[in-house]
Amino acid sequence: MAEALKEMKKIATRQSYGEALVELFPKYPNIIVLDADLSAATQTGIFRKAYPKRHVNVGIAEGNMMGIAAGLAASGMIPFASSFAMFAAGRAYEQIRNSIGYTRLPVKIGATHAGISVGEDGATHQCNEDLALMRSIPGMTILSPADDTEARAAVEAAILCDGPVYLRFGRLAAPVFNDPAAYKFELGKGLKLRDGSDLTIIATGLMVWEALQAAEQLAERGIKARVINIHTIKPLDEDIIIRAAKETGKLITVEEHSVIGGLGEAVCAAVCGSVPVPVKRIGLKDRFGQSGPAAELLKLYGLCAENIVNEALKMVRP
Amino acid sequence: MDKQQINTLQRIGCQIRMNILRCVFAAKSGHPGGSLSSADILAWLYEKELRHDPKNPGWEGRDRFVLSKGHAAPVLYAALAHFGYFPADELDKLRHTGQMLQGHPDMKGTPGIDMSTGSLGQGFSAACGMSLAAKKLGKGYRVYVLLGDGECEEGQVWEASMFAAKEKLDNLCVTLDYNGLQIDGAIADVGGPEPFDKKFEAFGWNVLKANAHDFEELSAAYAQAKETKGKPSVVIAKSTKGKHVSFMENKAEWHGKAPNKEQYDQAMQELSALMERLVKEGA
Repeated sequence: MAEALKEMKKIATRQSYGEALVELFPKYPNIIVLDADLSAATQTGIFRKAYPKRHVNVGIAEGNMMGIAAGLAASGMIPFASSFAMFAAGRAYEQIRNSIGYTRLPVKIGATHAGISVGEDGATHQCNEDLALMRSIPGMTILSPADDTEARAAVEAAILCDGPVYLRFGRLAAPVFNDPAAYKFELGKGLKLRDGSDLTIIATGLMVWEALQAAEQLAERGIKARVINIHTIKPLDEDIIIRAAKETGKLITVEEHSVIGGLGEAVCAAVCGSVPVPVKRIGLKDRFGQSGPAAELLKLYGLCAENIVNEALKMVRP
Repeated sequence: MDKQQINTLQRIGCQIRMNILRCVFAAKSGHPGGSLSSADILAWLYEKELRHDPKNPGWEGRDRFVLSKGHAAPVLYAALAHFGYFPADELDKLRHTGQMLQGHPDMKGTPGIDMSTGSLGQGFSAACGMSLAAKKLGKGYRVYVLLGDGECEEGQVWEASMFAAKEKLDNLCVTLDYNGLQIDGAIADVGGPEPFDKKFEAFGWNVLKANAHDFEELSAAYAQAKETKGKPSVVIAKSTKGKHVSFMENKAEWHGKAPNKEQYDQAMQELSALMERLVKEGA
């Protein structure tokens, strides 16, 4: 496994975002990309170089950017409003809610630098609350891809979705484990990446790879863990989750997000009415992050295979 | 513009005011003051300025109108009903559960509304997006915005102003309804957004001024706005809050409350008298 990982290509999903936009523009010529002075970081600078007339920098004014995006969408364009998750979902929440959510305008919000893996920039830039904020908006579709292959597919799925979409991308280079040739993205459908009957690990984004690693380690101890990748946080694939609850009896959710309001709570809500099984939620425990290298922070806050294994053992062999 | 045209516009302004009173009274809540102050502006826009087709509200080539001061929804509904976007009966159901006319404009539910607004500052940004789309897609429509003076206390207004000038959105025309009052009192006491002319000039705009109740001045200002290339235009329209309803004029307390039956009757009597006079003058 360690050797396989060494050979595995690593790409940050923010880079996938920028590259996918360039690839997709000829097919969807009404695309227009907005940035709030972060195009080098959000990687939409790649798009600006290729199609400068369709990239507009609005300056450091995220609320205004969301409104402009709404106006563009109301006029037949496909706007991608790009910023860090903190300033997109956080700072511009109310503009997204009223100008994009209430109007059901097909604005695509490209939110990069989500979660603790922002690293050194520290707590002000580590957005662990965006899923909670976006989930609360009626009709908002939320995509949280796990790797380069999935992120590229998610960008096209967002274009094809007739309504507002929030896309969550990461800063950190992530292993590309999905084979582009075989991969198929279906909006609103979870993916069973590994079967198992003892428990199910349900993960999203960067944590999907950690979940797969954890399942591998659990297998060495004779525990069969199912792994489900939830790339669409909303609308949630409740069927795949309820089936997993029925068939494995125990769930662990893993997300690079607060345990409040994200995937974990969505999964709890999905099972509590019909199959009330124990759910262990792994995520940021109602606290802010801090500065440090991403890999260290992920370990420190338990967002790693090792912690998933520990929690699984507690559930399966109490 | 000849006297007959001015008289027609004045009558439309008066009819819009009657519609405003009608719907706010039926709703038992809402915002009459800033609706009455902008009634003549909307009369001008919908009668003379906008290329629009009430029978085809979604016409792609239409000029857009965004009521950024969304709480003045009654003036927009009053104008849309007058120009035939929907039956005037709808006005009696404003703010009623399950009905079309929402407390603030809803583009999804009401014909003729180009943007849902109500949270201040946001309509202006959306209008910038519409203007930008016209530029990017090579379309000839223009975008008109009605902005409140109190609304200019929102930072987003100045973010949008900066952006519109940077992108040279000369297909964008903002009208500032400068009535000097907001819900908590005089704008100078509450948020201090003045001076508007110097601010917009500093932000790179073509600044025009007009009396919001004088159609000749409005006509001249909008003509200049249309001719100005390379920058967006703002018409700072000095208005009277509550215009043409004597007890509402220049009173902040009428920003956001409905008249009772007695007050409604008096307001309608005053407006009927005005209409009678205008009809006589026009004959």
